[in-house]
Amino acid sequence: MSEAAIHSEELTALSFEKIKKKQRIISFLKGMLFLMPSIVLFSIFLFYPLVRTIYLSFFLTDASGTPTAFVGLDNFIQMFTSPVFLQSMQSTFLFVHYTVPGTVLIGLFLAVIANEKLKGIGFFRTIFSSTMGISVAAGSVFWLFLFNPTMGWLNQILGFFGMESIGWLTDPNFALISVSVTTIWMNLGFTFLILLGGLQSIDSYLYENADIDGAGYFYKLRRITIPMLSPTLFFVLTVSLINAFQTFGQIDMLTRGGPQNETNLIVYSIYQEAFMNYQYGTASAQAVVLFVIILILTLVQFKLGERKVHYQ
Amino acid sequence: MKHVELIGVSKSFEKQQNVLNEIDLSIEKGEFFVLVGPSGSGKSTLLRMIAGLEDITGGILKISDKTVNHLPPKDRNLSMVFQNYALYPHLTVEQNILFGLHVKKTPKKEQQKRLKETADMMGLTELLKRKPKELSGGQRQRVALARSVVSESPICLMDEPLSNLDAKLRAHMRIEIRRLQKKLGLTMIYVTHDQVEAMTMGDRIMVLNEGKIQQVGKPITLYNKPANLFVASFIGSPKMNMGKAVFSNQQLIIEDKLHLSLDRAEAAGIPKDKNLNIGIRAEHIFPGTHDNTTHELEVINVEQLGNETLITFEIGKELWTAKWLGQWNVHTGDKVAVSISMKNMSFFDADSGLLIKPASAEREQEVVAI
Repeated sequence: MSEAAIHSEELTALSFEKIKKKQRIISFLKGMLFLMPSIVLFSIFLFYPLVRTIYLSFFLTDASGTPTAFVGLDNFIQMFTSPVFLQSMQSTFLFVHYTVPGTVLIGLFLAVIANEKLKGIGFFRTIFSSTMGISVAAGSVFWLFLFNPTMGWLNQILGFFGMESIGWLTDPNFALISVSVTTIWMNLGFTFLILLGGLQSIDSYLYENADIDGAGYFYKLRRITIPMLSPTLFFVLTVSLINAFQTFGQIDMLTRGGPQNETNLIVYSIYQEAFMNYQYGTASAQAVVLFVIILILTLVQFKLGERKVHYQ
Repeated sequence: MKHVELIGVSKSFEKQQNVLNEIDLSIEKGEFFVLVGPSGSGKSTLLRMIAGLEDITGGILKISDKTVNHLPPKDRNLSMVFQNYALYPHLTVEQNILFGLHVKKTPKKEQQKRLKETADMMGLTELLKRKPKELSGGQRQRVALARSVVSESPICLMDEPLSNLDAKLRAHMRIEIRRLQKKLGLTMIYVTHDQVEAMTMGDRIMVLNEGKIQQVGKPITLYNKPANLFVASFIGSPKMNMGKAVFSNQQLIIEDKLHLSLDRAEAAGIPKDKNLNIGIRAEHIFPGTHDNTTHELEVINVEQLGNETLITFEIGKELWTAKWLGQWNVHTGDKVAVSISMKNMSFFDADSGLLIKPASAEREQEVVAI
């Protein structure tokens, strides 16, 4: 009698385990079903190209992109000894250096002044964020007109003050700066909008409390606004940095990498290598290098940022 | 000595006219003054106007006999505790407490001295290095209080400081705030929507509704002699039992249901031709004994609180509650004997809502108490 009872107890314990296991499998399958669309899309458009790029970077290819000969790390070695690529790297870092702080600082300034409660502030907010709605192509054409050596407004203004015309996009000393200015202008809308959103989510009680204590405008900006905005600033900084490394459109429209490769940023260089010179192998190697650079910089940023960022 | 004085103060926003209407008020030095009212009554706006966070549309605000309408908050020499505490999440407790002193460039030595005193007083010494998110609700509340104490401002404004705490902690903090105020001799202006807080903490209470002062006075006065129907129903828990009343054939008829024989002495001075409302406190519906039972009423709900029993009856359209001391073995559906007397009733003009005559029994009690 008692033996039978024990036996049946064991049985139920076993079958519980079985049923639980079955339920776990079913719930896992259900979860996968929901994830399926994104898994499929990511696989086709992200994971496969990524793996394929890394694979191609070890080969030489023919004009249609079929790998012909395995060359190991030759593509990379050649790349880092080529003065053109090194020039391109230098330009890219300079470009990032010009655009990221410029965009974030100007965006922050505009966001802070547009955050004031004034009449008609909506108009200014719209204007400041409007470049978000302008495509890279349209923006570039607009700036092409401004940069035009003879008819462009910029040179006309210089002429008005009796200064010599500048070849904004043709002078090697100015081309990268001109492209940077264009890029800052284009990215400003997005940065401004995100920062304004961050500013508006800061609790107004914090400022009121500081008012009662008698804190001045800049004191509040330094001790409350900037620390409270730090998560947003961090986000904007990361996104701007990645965007700057991946700049392509305005280069293609404004300078096509010239003059003297001054504005031949790395993505444009990849494009040229792959689709003008049909060197898919070396292009892939450059793409891998770009990927690694962005990955490392983002990791470093997260490590450093964690200490300075105050999440609520 | 008048410390804060409001003369005909009004507030209207662009889209909303007269959020506050002609508020006249003076608050004494060292007084615990409570502004109470339902949400949207304008009490927080009034507090923010005193603090200088909202413009004053009309009237004069005086602090220590000086007109301060035009002064920014920092020059009004006051401190404020906000409903959500307004602690800076990126600063430690210590930095939070010292924020104001830092702004005012108080010497470092003085800052540390005051910090130590305040932290000791508020029991925060162990927590000074923590960030607000690492604190419990009650601790955050104490940091907010400490920030206001450390400023040593003679006037302290509080905007519903206890509404984010649970009931037990709230009862505890009520006592703590009250003790702190007495100890430091602060002039406290305290906003709440909770009439229990108002009754238990205030030296004086102002009841505000729809931007108008309903009544100003001591808690017990508001309870015993509510100036109008609004105050009567707002102050007291459970709320005062109300009903429409008419005089007819030497009887007082309430809600067409309760008939009371007329007590001539009590009825004196009450106009018989007006629409009347009567109010009677829950503790004045007594259990009926053999010789004083006036009515038999059906019980529709019983709440056992342990030390007292709340019994609900249906009187016409109104629900009346009786509060009886002790534990009563009464059940829903029972018919119980009660004693209701005219001398415990307050009479109101139903049209204007104003008090005609307060309950006379309570007047006697008040005299006894003095």
